[in-house]
Amino acid sequence: MSAALTATDRSSPTQHKGGEGSTGYNFAYLDEQTKRMIRRAVLKAIAIPGYQVPFASREMPMPYGWGTGGVQVTAAIIGPQDVLKVIDQGSDDTTNAVSIRKFFAKTAGVETTTKTADATIIQTRHRIPERTLTSDQVLVYQVPIPEPLRYLEPRETETRKLHALADYGLMHVKLYEDIARHGHIATTYAYPVEVAGRYVMDPSPTPKFDNPKMDDCAALQLFGAGREKRIYAVPPHTKVRSLDFEDHPFAVQTFDKPCALCGATGVYLDEVVLDDAGGRMFVCSDSDFCEERRADGHVGAMLALPSSSPARGEGVAAVPVTEGSGT
Amino acid sequence: MTPADLPLLSARALTKHYGPRLGCADVTFDLYEGEVLAVVGESGSGKSTLLSLLATELDPTAGSVGYRMRDGVTRNLFTLSEAERRFLLRTDWGFVRQDARDGLRMGVSAGGNVGERLMAVGARHYGKIRDTASDWLGRVEIDPSRIDDMPKSFSGGMRQRLQIARNLVTHPRLVFMDEPTSGLDVSVQARLLDLIRGLVSELGLAVIIVTHDLAVARLLSHRIMVMRQGRVIETGLTDQVLDDPREAYTQLLVSSVLAA
Repeated sequence: MSAALTATDRSSPTQHKGGEGSTGYNFAYLDEQTKRMIRRAVLKAIAIPGYQVPFASREMPMPYGWGTGGVQVTAAIIGPQDVLKVIDQGSDDTTNAVSIRKFFAKTAGVETTTKTADATIIQTRHRIPERTLTSDQVLVYQVPIPEPLRYLEPRETETRKLHALADYGLMHVKLYEDIARHGHIATTYAYPVEVAGRYVMDPSPTPKFDNPKMDDCAALQLFGAGREKRIYAVPPHTKVRSLDFEDHPFAVQTFDKPCALCGATGVYLDEVVLDDAGGRMFVCSDSDFCEERRADGHVGAMLALPSSSPARGEGVAAVPVTEGSGT
Repeated sequence: MTPADLPLLSARALTKHYGPRLGCADVTFDLYEGEVLAVVGESGSGKSTLLSLLATELDPTAGSVGYRMRDGVTRNLFTLSEAERRFLLRTDWGFVRQDARDGLRMGVSAGGNVGERLMAVGARHYGKIRDTASDWLGRVEIDPSRIDDMPKSFSGGMRQRLQIARNLVTHPRLVFMDEPTSGLDVSVQARLLDLIRGLVSELGLAVIIVTHDLAVARLLSHRIMVMRQGRVIETGLTDQVLDDPREAYTQLLVSSVLAA
């Protein structure tokens, strides 16, 4: 491959078509047969909303847990005209997001963006953008564990059977246990949903705050699990219902303060620790959404004026975001 | 003849081969509503194979099992779809295992264990599920304040009682029991048997109980079936078989019980 890598022809991306490309990689890294195989799995997944379709997941040039499933799905659906956005915990500027954007910029020569509105494909880890998605966008999730019943029933043969028979009492046992232990449904991420009235699906480790956004979403949602070799999908405008009890209905997290930088309310906030004396701030987890609002002149309580102290980028980069890494 | 006069479960020439080896052969019997049938015999006599066949956990080599559903129609269990069988297994049937760890979810609280069947058949009201679970814990003599404790923290006898509550919560008509009292000490055994006997008569359950303990059979069952080398060698009323055994093997079995 190293000989191919030295190719320097910078011709237009459309010339990638047909295999041999200017970067030395086949268009979007994967070979055409593999992409066909993944597309078949994707089509089947779309035809059966919420059903986990097995596929022959490939080794990717990144470790499991870094989004190999999402990358393969993106590679299979991306075209030269696509504009790619990659987010990790809502942010465009973390290592994972930057690496995957660079990966496709290099292997597919596609345009990348951090703006939700400009993107045609959004690969995501843990968040759904705050901005409402449109019908010409595709949301690709990186999924670590696709099986919602996994921690309740260890046998794969049995979980498949439970899905086949729509035998989902077990899922409610988990929610029951939550209420018995904590007084409310304490599952806050990977909150199980029922898709199109049939399959129960794990929406990947997105916060349950984002579950309502999956319902009747105009964009196609694809889920890729590389290690577990599964692809599943929610077609546009599909009913997605979060499981709950009659006397303990599903509810999303609420935040008692607006975003400290842009003043937004009703959005998902990350806690940022400022010092070792209990200082903290809550800022939008969706960095693009926050920046756009600030560009529009919205000002949060802790947004420093340009003259006095550093802007958000530096201030946030200096301290770790509290949410764990997961996969 | 009304439907209630028909047998609830009827096995016909039930045979199971494990390759060249015999599991059980040519077992035929009828079980009526509210009746307790004990299957006794030594280890390896085919008792557990028979129970697995009846509970449709194994497919038979030959023979059939008819079951009278709640709609009054008797159907062959082995021609039902898997979905129908599973539904039967979690509504109309119970299965009390020898090892409570096989019959319980050890990582789920007592309340969750009892509530699972309710949720499986569509109960979606937390408060009601919990009330029912609490009520059932009381009925099997487990302190309802332990509803949120894990079965891991329960004693062997409590686990068995929890297993019984978990099975009976959907008001089944037929319960399979596989050596429910083995591995428990004698006083706990006695209490458990007493509890089972009470529940069986109170709920009018039909029970097929597999045991090697003739005392259990005598205490619980109306009828008894003695198995040896995969075949039924003697059947009859419990007291008749135990007090006046006809077959040489049954005589041996009865005489090997130590008198306390």
